[in-house]
Amino acid sequence: MDSIYLDHSATTPVDQRVVEKMLPYYSTHYGNASSIHSLGQKAKDDIEIARAHMAALINASPDEIIFTSGGTESDNLAIRGAFLKLSPNGKNHIITTKIEHHAILHTVEDLVKNYGATATYLDVDSDGLINLEQLKSAITDKTCIVSVMAANNELGTIQPMEEIGKICKEKGVWFHTDAVQAAGKMEFDVEKFSISMASFSAHKFYGPKGVGALYIKKGINIKPIYTGGGHEKGIRPGTYNTPGIVGMGEAARLAKENFDDSYKHTKELRDYLEKRISEEIKYVGFNGSRTNRLPQVASISFRYVEGESILMFLDMEGNIQASSGSACTAGDLHASHVLLAISLPHEICNSTLRFSFGKDNTKEQVDKVMEILPGIIERLRKMSPIAPKENE
Amino acid sequence: MPMYSDKVMEHFRNPRNVGEIDSPDGTGNVGNPVCGDQMTFYIKVDEDGIIRDVKYKTFGCGAAIAVSSMVSELALGKHIDEALKLTKKQVAEELGGLPPNKMHCSNLGTAALARAINDYKKKHGMPYEEIEDPEEEEHGH
Repeated sequence: MDSIYLDHSATTPVDQRVVEKMLPYYSTHYGNASSIHSLGQKAKDDIEIARAHMAALINASPDEIIFTSGGTESDNLAIRGAFLKLSPNGKNHIITTKIEHHAILHTVEDLVKNYGATATYLDVDSDGLINLEQLKSAITDKTCIVSVMAANNELGTIQPMEEIGKICKEKGVWFHTDAVQAAGKMEFDVEKFSISMASFSAHKFYGPKGVGALYIKKGINIKPIYTGGGHEKGIRPGTYNTPGIVGMGEAARLAKENFDDSYKHTKELRDYLEKRISEEIKYVGFNGSRTNRLPQVASISFRYVEGESILMFLDMEGNIQASSGSACTAGDLHASHVLLAISLPHEICNSTLRFSFGKDNTKEQVDKVMEILPGIIERLRKMSPIAPKENE
Repeated sequence: MPMYSDKVMEHFRNPRNVGEIDSPDGTGNVGNPVCGDQMTFYIKVDEDGIIRDVKYKTFGCGAAIAVSSMVSELALGKHIDEALKLTKKQVAEELGGLPPNKMHCSNLGTAALARAINDYKKKHGMPYEEIEDPEEEEHGH
């Protein structure tokens, strides 16, 4: 039975064209991009091509892109780098939201606990959207950075980026966004959104794992969090991960080239799955904004049954891979902080699955899911002590 | 998928004794959907104190379902005082082990059964020991 992979928000398969691009950098093009000989210069040139592709995807200029090891490092570099730079001037206040990825939340917590930062966590409404008035009133002359994720990993909800950027610009505060889930899946323009810094990860858009990028707007100076050589203008020292960077560049190029098709395709499948579930399964809830959201994510609550049990049956019986909450918290017994933040009751958080589509999924796969999902839910509700009796 | 033993997977796939008992001799409930797991056990006990029927309903993860199934198997045919001696460790061992962050499920199973037995004892004027809410102490994060 072929795998039906519906967990693209966790990670994506690497596009074969990306793999082909990367392979020579493990064998013939192994030079260190910092070396002046021809092998080194070959690597250097190709890194610059990758940088240009990444920049083009987000309407940046290539010299505003720093390559990192992934989304978590980019988030750390942005937040810690801004704090290190500005806190000596008394700017020690960080504003973020309650629905950020742990790469942001735990970084901010660490700065508060151990380095004298203060933090404001913006609330979100039941759609997962922040309140712009709350943001405005939270910004003070001590604020060093505002960090709001562009699109949420569990809900797919897209924040009002242009408005947030405008507010930060007017107040003269840096605006960072964790755009790991956004790249290639929504219109993303660093100029239009007035972004100061943005974090990206290649493996979320058919690139390799272990490579990411941080966009840093020209004129913005942060402190590095690693010390070492002069790579990436000294902001991110460390020998270039040439295969990874080349792969990320190619993935970014393809993401831009295929944007419209991929958007339309995944949205159709996602909408089709949601429609069929709403028609064929009782007691379900659909989470996240209906209008401002990524095309390929569905967050669905199946009341009275627990998420992990559904996932296990989907995997065992249909070789179908989805997710409960986010992959990062799947090993954790806490209900998702994102679902709690949108005021979903605890027990419904535990009954929530995320299906996230990719370019290679098909309508037939959704049909296969719907061949077994209603039966799984029914079986689990039959053994649930909290399900209404009518299910028996 | 969590690293579950074959035995856990087998019980998860084919849970034994699922359901409710009409007019049970004892009912026990632990947990709640807020903490992620809830189990309700129902027992029928004969005049010699032997558990003649066990059923349960469970809201929970794969481990919680497998634990309920295993506890029901272990309890069936036992004297109530023997069944009260079942430990979470025993249940986990019978299941070929549980991942560390799922051990609390094992505790829920034995506690729900013990509460059903207590309910029976209470109805028959027999002395019994209260069973604490297991989830408070056992939810390892």
